[in-house]
Amino acid sequence: MNLALTILVEGLGYASYLFIVSLGLTIIFGVLKILNVAHGAFYAWGAYSCAFLIGELSTMGVSDLGTMIAIPIAALVVGVVLGSAIERTIIRNLYGRDEVIIVLATFGLFLVLEDVILLVFGVDPYFAFQPTLAMPGVQIGGIYQDGYKLTMIALSLVVGLISWIVLNRTHWGKLVSAIIFDSELAVAMGVNVRRVFYVVFVAGAVLGALGGAYIAPTISVSPGFGVEVIVLSFAVVVIGGMGSIGGAAIGALMVGLLRAYAVLQWPEIELFVVYAVMAAVLIFRPEGLFAPAKARKI
Amino acid sequence: MTQFMDRTVIGLTLGFALVALLGVFVLPDWLMSQVLIAFSRALAVLGLVVLWRTGLISFGHALYFGLGAYTVAMLGKDLGVTEVLITLPAAGLVAAVVGFALGFIIRKYREIFFAMLNLAFSMVLFGILVKTEALGSTDGFSVEQPTLFGIGTEDSTVKLTVLFLAVCTVGWLSAVLVHRYLGSVLGSLTTAVRDNEIRVEYLGYSVAQAIHGKYVMSAALTGLAGGFTALALGQVDPESMVNWTVSGELVFVTVLSGPGSVAAPFIGSLLFELLRTYAFELVPYAWQLIVGGTLLAVIFFLPGGLWSLISKLGGRDRAAQPGGNRGEGER
Repeated sequence: MNLALTILVEGLGYASYLFIVSLGLTIIFGVLKILNVAHGAFYAWGAYSCAFLIGELSTMGVSDLGTMIAIPIAALVVGVVLGSAIERTIIRNLYGRDEVIIVLATFGLFLVLEDVILLVFGVDPYFAFQPTLAMPGVQIGGIYQDGYKLTMIALSLVVGLISWIVLNRTHWGKLVSAIIFDSELAVAMGVNVRRVFYVVFVAGAVLGALGGAYIAPTISVSPGFGVEVIVLSFAVVVIGGMGSIGGAAIGALMVGLLRAYAVLQWPEIELFVVYAVMAAVLIFRPEGLFAPAKARKI
Repeated sequence: MTQFMDRTVIGLTLGFALVALLGVFVLPDWLMSQVLIAFSRALAVLGLVVLWRTGLISFGHALYFGLGAYTVAMLGKDLGVTEVLITLPAAGLVAAVVGFALGFIIRKYREIFFAMLNLAFSMVLFGILVKTEALGSTDGFSVEQPTLFGIGTEDSTVKLTVLFLAVCTVGWLSAVLVHRYLGSVLGSLTTAVRDNEIRVEYLGYSVAQAIHGKYVMSAALTGLAGGFTALALGQVDPESMVNWTVSGELVFVTVLSGPGSVAAPFIGSLLFELLRTYAFELVPYAWQLIVGGTLLAVIFFLPGGLWSLISKLGGRDRAAQPGGNRGEGER
């Protein structure tokens, strides 16, 4: 019972940050049809900026709780500045090129951005644990749980809910759905597709950076840690169905819980199990689990 | 095209002979070892070029690269077999067998799904290897000294020279065979499959079988590449042999080289190796920046790869030939 609870909480905590990161990846894929390898760089940039900002705020004498303001600031600044710059200079000029060429271009971007991080922030790891100190621990079922992790679960629920409302209940969401369904027809109807592409790309970048910024206080932020996240969020997106928000949630839950179970019970299969599930989903249901096969035209 | 010695075959033969002679008599050891590593990788790139001509790009060929490398290393470690005439063919064979088996599934996929399924398979192997204590987990293990005809040597220059000549021979043979294949009826289907699969089916050919064949070919070549790399480095480990970044690197060199000719992978791979070495010496913390920037520059300014530059310089514009990617036509 206790074990099941631990796996559940661990898995949910892990799933929630994977969900936030993968959500950014999946909306970019769904709308722009671009598999963005550079997404891992948004994540890493978010984490580095956040850790740096928390350190600065802390030395200025801001309270532990107050340093949490660094998280949204880092996510927004990194997402908007980096996302805009990349969309305007690189991505925009690649629309219409071969799909795989675009993926490769984002891989090149990823390499570049990874090294710019080293040039800007240096090679030493950053520790920014202040926000985790501000959160009291919580007892659930007799087990002490880290409060910060619980807020992460809450954040992912909020992010998921907001995305759902924006996509399903607003004018912008309808435009996005129209473009996902058939971008040529959307153009014919007078939708400014380029502008929607731009906004979606920046929103995706903000989400990627937010995932990184929120995880930063719980880890040591060190070079190269974006590499693993990219391919994990690829797995999440593929398992749930590329381009679907519900799919990203389900994919993240599956990967998070599977991995938590593996880490606690059977560490040898920790990575293997995630990618085995990814391969199995691609083989038996390439459109993704629980994804309506018809509505998505990908 | 059907006569045995066409221009490409003569060019390849002269080119490889020249490189081999230069390597043995002129080049210093460090440069020879760069060429060795570059040509090893070029074998994998040659395989990816075969797939790319069909419009398919795999983000998981590190699977076959790793299989080849670990086959060579494990034959030496567990069975004591160090004879390169056995270990290297075994590397290609293991990769080909796995490629043949997985090919039954993979041949149904196109575009991004093809890339992703390959990625998933390669990451499964990566996931297994990093957790296998017996194979050194993330550290990997070192490869036994190779022998040829049962003779081993402690002299590193002799060992390097032998491996170098071996990679030149295998590279030449593979390039000629792939060239002959691309000129054959089955090989000519590559471009046709990319352009319109349904019409190829109407012609009476099986697209699935054509793709399957190419897939096995590329797997075998990539396995050989992994085997050579393991021998050249004397060390195998999951991070530098099987992780997704390795697949990315292979695809990168493929795009850098361009699909225009079977010689392009060898030239592109050599340039990549030199670029990486010099970038690393020049700016140790920013070599990826230079490499990534080069990739972007090639995509934007040289969509046909380096080979298109060579063809243009030679006055032979190959842009209209099969293999130019879609972007080329649009520009």
